[in-house]
Amino acid sequence: MKFTARVWKFGDNINTDLILPNVAFYLTPQEQIKYIFRANRPGWVDLVEPGDILIGGKNFGMGSSRPAARNLKNLGLACLVAHSINGLFYRNAVNFAFPAMECDGVEALFDEGDIAEVDFESGAVKNLRRGQILPARTIPPQLLKIVEAGGIFPLLEQEGLIAPKA
Amino acid sequence: MGMTIAEKILAAKGGRDVVRPGDIVTVEVDTVILFDNNFMPANWRDILTIRDPERIVVVMDHRVPAPNAMAAGAHVTARAFAQKFRIKRVHDVGYDQGISHQLVADLGYGIPGTVLVCSDSHTCSAGVFNCLARGVGGPDVFYSAIKGETWFRCGETVRYQLTGKLPKAVTTKDAFLQIAGKHGAHATMNVEYGGPGMASLSINARKTLTTMSAELSAEFATFEPDGVLIDWVRSRNSRPFEPVYPDDDAQYHDTREVDLSALEPLVAYPDTVVQNSRPVKDAAGTKIDQAYIGSCANGTLDDLELAAQVVVGRRVAPGVRFIVTPASQLVYREALKSGALEKLADAGAMIAPPTCGACGGGHMGVIGPDETCITATTRNFKGRMGDPSSKVYMGSPATVAASALTGYITDPREFLN
Ligand code: SF4
Repeated sequence: MKFTARVWKFGDNINTDLILPNVAFYLTPQEQIKYIFRANRPGWVDLVEPGDILIGGKNFGMGSSRPAARNLKNLGLACLVAHSINGLFYRNAVNFAFPAMECDGVEALFDEGDIAEVDFESGAVKNLRRGQILPARTIPPQLLKIVEAGGIFPLLEQEGLIAPKA
Repeated sequence: MGMTIAEKILAAKGGRDVVRPGDIVTVEVDTVILFDNNFMPANWRDILTIRDPERIVVVMDHRVPAPNAMAAGAHVTARAFAQKFRIKRVHDVGYDQGISHQLVADLGYGIPGTVLVCSDSHTCSAGVFNCLARGVGGPDVFYSAIKGETWFRCGETVRYQLTGKLPKAVTTKDAFLQIAGKHGAHATMNVEYGGPGMASLSINARKTLTTMSAELSAEFATFEPDGVLIDWVRSRNSRPFEPVYPDDDAQYHDTREVDLSALEPLVAYPDTVVQNSRPVKDAAGTKIDQAYIGSCANGTLDDLELAAQVVVGRRVAPGVRFIVTPASQLVYREALKSGALEKLADAGAMIAPPTCGACGGGHMGVIGPDETCITATTRNFKGRMGDPSSKVYMGSPATVAASALTGYITDPREFLN
């Protein structure tokens, strides 16, 4: 897994209420994406292009267990690299197959709009404009298997443990 | 080298002799709680098989009574699921409904030394019962229900050693705000509570600390067991259990003393709980539109009685909406019998049915543009309780009740001394 694309930067302590506010719970996944960061950065979702990369600060995805990682994936973002990722968000990222890695000091590596090259195999995060590289913590093998399978639901579906999505 | 409580339970449930920080462990799951959000159309996947119906609990709590047709539909799906697999522990609108984390306490579902999961982030609440409990994702809950196991990554543990006794009008919510204000996030780490000060705290008071540990971004929050805890569980659940004590030579990331007797009422300022606490007197005089008491952190009988003690014989300030939400039907009935609800209603509080309600911005007290709320719940993120422009301060039930009386953020000691 390797992604090369433009980056969007968000700071420390981004919580999942910001990514998927309560009012969006009643909507379809395709409608839910319009609410991402509405409270802290209105209009942003319209600027995102498929494959863009999210850069976060400390404790990205803190707070509620809601499927915020799925919402970011549905928006078309390729992956997340943050200085640190909240444990619960990380579980959801693995389970919904939204690739996410922790990388110390990643915010300082990029200005918004820079092009990143993120390699999930080697854990290298590179700013193509500056030519600088930082090492990231790769996803442990047993969890990477879940990501590569497309997440928990496709796995359970293949085993005949949940019904295919209607 | 010894282990902390979380490490010992992970080891026991993962079939290992030792678990250390950094290990990823697959563990047996003893209790899986599904709640109404899991059954919402965007989240639900039709489960074809489950490991053991005796291990499953189904709760309607976030949206009860159903505020709209989609929530009602989720409840229909939940009932059908429970019926299909003959699940006995179903908490539907009625006699034994409540917020899942409160039901865990009311009914002894949190068993010392066991593993409990639910896809609500405040599931760490059950750690008050020396239980390894944490909020997981929706898919984790499906997986755990179906397979009877899940994975956890073990983090380091911070030990909070409680000493002393809380002064009057000061609660464990203030103790939490002190910890969150001073130490900030504990991401990737567990917290463990214990020490001589816990003896003076009721289970309800302790539960506020484990519940609020979700706001520290802690992985697991556990309490050291004692007689009070063991009696609580034994009197509610006949299942045998072994409480788990930390080893004497357990390795902690840090051990921090919290002197309960030195605390004062605190509030968290709007938008975040961590590193945002100040003495109530700093915020005193801030005008409020709504005062809210409830949630899995502060909807217990202790909380309602404390609020009743503040407001008894007085009236809520004109222009203030004071909403009180008992955390379960059992708590509701107990507070009715103890007279707490009567005192609150006489003062002008609206008593809402047990539900998550406005804590999660769902219903029953959502706040509008530019409004200010003081809340005794779990979170004050921007837009959490309603409009993104609203401001939410967080304090103890005593502070919220005192503020409801004056219409301004108010130190509860004005009314309780
Ligand atoms: S009361 Fe609030 S914090 Fe607790 S489970 Fe409900 S929404 Fe979550």
